[in-house]
Amino acid sequence: MINLVFFARLREDLGTAGEALELPAGVTTVAGLRAHLVQRGGAWAGALAPGRAVRVAVNHDMADAATPIKPGDEVAFFPPVTGG
Amino acid sequence: MAVRVQTEDFDAGAEIAALRRANPKVGAVASFIGVVRDVNDGDAVATLTLEHYPGMTEKALEAIVAEAQGRWDILDALVVHRVGTLAPLDQIVLVAVSSAHRGEAFAACEFIMDYLKTRAPFWKQEATPQGPRWVDARDSDDAAAERWAAEAKRQGAA
Repeated sequence: MINLVFFARLREDLGTAGEALELPAGVTTVAGLRAHLVQRGGAWAGALAPGRAVRVAVNHDMADAATPIKPGDEVAFFPPVTGG
Repeated sequence: MAVRVQTEDFDAGAEIAALRRANPKVGAVASFIGVVRDVNDGDAVATLTLEHYPGMTEKALEAIVAEAQGRWDILDALVVHRVGTLAPLDQIVLVAVSSAHRGEAFAACEFIMDYLKTRAPFWKQEATPQGPRWVDARDSDDAAAERWAAEAKRQGAA
């Protein structure tokens, strides 16, 4: 299992703050996970579509498309940050 | 070096005094305070709500402060960032840096703010007359952070 979490506009667009997800076979990277979620269609396909500005963190560290994902990880998807 | 994320307001004077207290090596303190404005992108802002990613936020801020420490000869640094719902005139963020001479304190303070704006997981939502609106990230913030990377590259090459 991995722990998926969503923040800000992305959380609102997806209608959920997160979920526990059985890591699907063949999904080993951030890019693979994002593509898997897009395949759910509906709000998922829109909010996480390629080209949408989405940032990802794995275990509280900023990640990129190639960052590996393994069971037990916490993976966060969120919009570009706007603090300060 | 310390970072704090809190809902309560902060007393910038007391925080800065504590930062340099009892350290006679401090010759300079530079600080920045971010404040809520009552207008953004042409619309009135009644309140500003800040959301963050508990756990990652503190880690990201600590990493930014550590990077500043690696780049400049600074003596201490403090970041206090508020979350929750704020109103115009409210303080949002305090960054304060102490060093022996002003150059390091000024540079490290600006660096910490620029990196905070692009790397620390905070998000702002404004209450406007048209309803709630998420604040979009600005390209100018990315550009501000990137010039520090360019600077490091230039110095590395020199």
